[in-house]
Amino acid sequence: MKPVLPRAIAAAAALLVAAPSAALAHGFAGQRFFPATILTDDPFVADEISLPTFTRPPTAPDGGNADDLDVDLSKRLTPNFGITMGRGWTYLQPKGAPAVTGFGPLQTGQQYQLFVNAPHEAIGLVGLDETWAHTGRVAALGAPDFTTLSPTFNFGKGLGDLPPSLPFLRPFAITGNLGFDVPLKAASAGLPNPDSFNYGFAFEYSFPYLECCVKDIGLRRPFSRLIPLVEVAFSTPIDRIPASRTVGTIQPGLIWSGQYVQIGAEAIIPASGATGHGYGVVVQLHFYLDDLFPNSIGKPVSEW
Amino acid sequence: MRRIAAMLAAGALLLQAAPPVSAHAFLDHASPAVGSAVPSAPPAVTLWFTQNLEPAFSSVTVTNAAGQRVDLGNVRVPPGQPAELQVGLKPLAPGTYTVNWHVVSVDTHPTQGTFTFQVGNG
Repeated sequence: MKPVLPRAIAAAAALLVAAPSAALAHGFAGQRFFPATILTDDPFVADEISLPTFTRPPTAPDGGNADDLDVDLSKRLTPNFGITMGRGWTYLQPKGAPAVTGFGPLQTGQQYQLFVNAPHEAIGLVGLDETWAHTGRVAALGAPDFTTLSPTFNFGKGLGDLPPSLPFLRPFAITGNLGFDVPLKAASAGLPNPDSFNYGFAFEYSFPYLECCVKDIGLRRPFSRLIPLVEVAFSTPIDRIPASRTVGTIQPGLIWSGQYVQIGAEAIIPASGATGHGYGVVVQLHFYLDDLFPNSIGKPVSEW
Repeated sequence: MRRIAAMLAAGALLLQAAPPVSAHAFLDHASPAVGSAVPSAPPAVTLWFTQNLEPAFSSVTVTNAAGQRVDLGNVRVPPGQPAELQVGLKPLAPGTYTVNWHVVSVDTHPTQGTFTFQVGNG
C-alpha cells in the first residue's frame, strides 16, 4: 500500500505554492473572463454585489407559487480570501391559502482562491457557506430553524487552450460547484433534514472571448459583450430521505457584461418532479464594485 | 413591486455614487483584426481598448510562427489616444503572427490577451 498521507501533504503544498500571488478580482484566468453566474456559485473571490436578483420559480410540487428578491454581496478581505453574504425576501402564495411575505435565512460564506492558471484558463476556489437558523420566517415561509454548513469547491475552465484548428470552440468555458449541505439538526417539525450532495455547472459561450482572442466577426457593443449560457444545478439527499427526491433546475439564458454592471436573465426549467412544474424566470442586476470603486471599497480590505 | 423598485433605485444610486473612474480594459478591436488575414504586411499593430491605459505598464509583442519577435519594440500610447496601443512591425513575410498584449488601465486593473493574424496565404 502506497503512503497516501505524504502524497496528500505534497499535493496540498503544491497547491499552496501555486496559489495566485495577485488575484485580479472579477473572474479572470489569463485572458479568460468568467462572468458571475446566476444559479451556480462563482469560482473566484470578488468585490461584487447582486442588487437585486428577482426570481419567479416554477410552481412548487404542492401548487404554491413564489416571488423572491435577493441581495448578495461578495467582498475580498485579502487578494485571495473573501466573504459572502446574502438575504432574500419572499412573497409566497400557497395553494388555497392566503399569501405570506417575509425574509428568508441569512446566508454567509468564506472563500479562498485556491489557484488561478492563466495559460490553461483554469481557476479554483474552496469555501464554506452557512445558512443560519432562525434568521428568516420559520413558521410562515419555511425558513430553516437549523443551521446548515456547506463546504464547497468551485472551479472554472476555459477552452482557450484548444488547438488553433478548433477556433470556434475556444470561447467555450465551464464553471461548476461540488459541495455538501450538512444540517446541524437531523429533523424539524417531524420531517428529516437530510445531508445533501450538491453539484452544478454553467456552460458558457463567450462572445467577448471570440471577439478579443479568436476572430473579430464584427460584433460591436452591446452584442460583443453577450455570453449565452446554460446553468444546471442539483441537490441529492444522501441520507434520511430517498435519493429519488433529487431537486434541480436547468436554466438557459444570457448574460451581458459591461464595464461596471452585468445583467443576466434565465428561464428556469424544473429537472425533476420533486422540484416543481411549469417554468420560472430569474433576472439579475450585478455590479462590479472593484471597477466602480477601485480606490476604496472595491479593493481588498487588506489594501485599504 | 415597491421592493423591486427600491432595489433598482439602490442599484442606480450605487452607479451614481461611483466616482468617474476607469475599469478593466478590454480589447475593443485591433488592426489587423483579431483572427483576420491581410493581403500584405501591415506596418504596425494597433489595439483599441475600452478604457484608458497606463502607458508605463502596457506592452504588446508580435511573434512569428517560430516564436521570434517581429515587432520593433516601439510600443506607444499615441498622444491624445489614451485607450490605444501601437507597435511597429518589421517587414513581414507571409505567415501567421501572434500578438500578445498586457495592459493596465489607469485605475491599475491589469488585463491580457493573445490573438493571431495572417499575412498572405499563411
